[in-house]
Amino acid sequence: MAEMTYRDAVARAIAQEMRLDPSVVFLGEDVGAAGGVFKATVGLLDSFGPTRVVDTPISEQAILGAAMGAAMTGLRPIAEIMFSDFFAVCWDIVANEIAKTRYMTNGQVRLPLVIRSGNGGGVRFGAQHSQSVENWAMAVPGLKVVAPSTPKDVVGLLAASIRDTDPVLFFEQKSLYSTKGEVPDGEIVDELGRASMLRDGTAATIVALAGMVPRAMAAADQLASEGIDVTVIDLRSLVPLDVTTVATSVAQTGHLVTVEENPRLCGWGAELASIIAEENLFDLDGPIVRVTTPHVPLPAADALEDAAMPDVTKIVDGVRRSLR
Amino acid sequence: MTARTEQPSGAGAAVANGVPALDARLRVYQMMVEMRDFEKRAYDLFLQGLVKGTSHLGLGQEAVAAGFGAAMRPEDYTFATYRGHNHTLARGVPMARIMAELMGRELGLMAGKGGSMHLTSVEHRMMGSYAIVGAHLTIANGAAWSSKLRGTGEVTVCFFGDGTTNIGAFHEALNLAAVWHLPVVFVCENNRWMEYTPIRSVTAVDHPAADRAPAYGLSASVVDGNDADVVYSVATSAIERARSGGGPSLVEAETYRHGGHSRADPGKYRPDDEVAAWLARDPIPALRHRLLDAGVPEARLVAIEQASLAAVDEATAQAQASPAPPRSLVERDVFADGGASWRR
Repeated sequence: MAEMTYRDAVARAIAQEMRLDPSVVFLGEDVGAAGGVFKATVGLLDSFGPTRVVDTPISEQAILGAAMGAAMTGLRPIAEIMFSDFFAVCWDIVANEIAKTRYMTNGQVRLPLVIRSGNGGGVRFGAQHSQSVENWAMAVPGLKVVAPSTPKDVVGLLAASIRDTDPVLFFEQKSLYSTKGEVPDGEIVDELGRASMLRDGTAATIVALAGMVPRAMAAADQLASEGIDVTVIDLRSLVPLDVTTVATSVAQTGHLVTVEENPRLCGWGAELASIIAEENLFDLDGPIVRVTTPHVPLPAADALEDAAMPDVTKIVDGVRRSLR
Repeated sequence: MTARTEQPSGAGAAVANGVPALDARLRVYQMMVEMRDFEKRAYDLFLQGLVKGTSHLGLGQEAVAAGFGAAMRPEDYTFATYRGHNHTLARGVPMARIMAELMGRELGLMAGKGGSMHLTSVEHRMMGSYAIVGAHLTIANGAAWSSKLRGTGEVTVCFFGDGTTNIGAFHEALNLAAVWHLPVVFVCENNRWMEYTPIRSVTAVDHPAADRAPAYGLSASVVDGNDADVVYSVATSAIERARSGGGPSLVEAETYRHGGHSRADPGKYRPDDEVAAWLARDPIPALRHRLLDAGVPEARLVAIEQASLAAVDEATAQAQASPAPPRSLVERDVFADGGASWRR
């Protein structure tokens, strides 16, 4: 067991899988010699050489097309899209090519590939380098969508994503790269589609993802100091979506609050809220509350960005609105 | 202009003095005849309402698909566009499975889930027909990269139209192929018209693919895409170059589609004299005349032609006899577990 940062966990997971499976290759902009703009892939080039760890031109379509073609023909590529906002320049390859090809070919094509990307705000980069776009990915049939909140989950879920036979969009929250956590020694492989219950309380169920998880936990601490014990669930992946864990908890607490970094409309919490409303309505003792970034691009200034994103105060308020 | 017209030469025993070996020429002739008969039948079936949706015919452009198809080895990969019936036939994919796919039947190559624009047969290394212009050039690179890393000696051949040369993915793909020195051959089928607009009116250079390729470090040639012998010869050398580690290259084949862009388009926007001139340069009779001149008995060509029509009749009958795909397929094969479930 060692303490490790979220960013170092990324390199550890990739190294673990590249060591185990020679068909795993890694490509992206500045990922090799520079070790990644977020320093999340330091050391991989030295360990595995330039044949398997490949620096690319600034050509997001070419990067993802190469990953797709390689995955179709026997490799397990990991591609990096530096900032998730940049998915907008290569979304054709993601949404039309990678996501649809297995279906269109009646299952002839397998696409075991992972696209990692730095996602989300809180780093004062302005609107084109800060958006949480996991809801874009969730809206496309054929993609799995993973977003870990801890270093341990980064290792286990990234390893599981690399081993998965389907294409996985793996969102690394930029605001979490410097956070630390305990990671067990040895090989770690987790399972996609299982949420984690981080805190067990009876008053309400807070469901959060990635960068919103520590904020939800802090809000739970504050509520506990007022005598309100809530459950906190880290969803960990959006596809597969662990409805069972959420529904089971809501059946016990009667209240659901989602905490989403994505802009308001069509965020993952809306899907979860609709499922619970459709299938578990009579378990609810109060309104489902969604705490989200408002439907705006993220501003750059720290005061404005902080004001835009969900924080402890907004989450606590959201729980109170559900309990009222 | 930087493009040059490459004289096919020295491609080994397959081509001598610019003329392919007779067995190759007969194979190309047979492929072209089958492509022509197949697509004419597909068009008839469309008029009868049996082929639905849309389809994009390569009538008139057969020499490109056939010439390259005959020059490829079974282990090589094909990537094609939505105008990909001929490239699929060229890999030996059974006609009936393609016809059934066009008709939306269970026998279809993808059981009707893909349709005319997405013909794919992985077992024949036909890695897909792609309907978003330009995207598949980047994917073809991936297959070529994989072949290179795995050390297999496979070559990827990627076909695209002239209209593709002005979209970003084309430029990203050519650069990456060159800088990674990939075993890929890019084949531009320049039929002069994108959909309804001539490529010349929106592109400042004469050869929209071959004039751009050298800027990325790719060797490029412009060839008569209606001359099956020339196409086969240039295909043989470009593929051999890629296989032997010589890196990527680009061939711009000048050709013409006899019909419109898609099934609903009569193609009336094209000048009559231009259409007439290209119809007179139909690649199939051209090769037929040459084969006769080379001493091939006409009976041998007639036998090929009769067998082709019989094969198309048989494929049509098989496709028509196949039922519609079961509704259960709707939620099959979204994910690798065979299903469509996104929750647990």
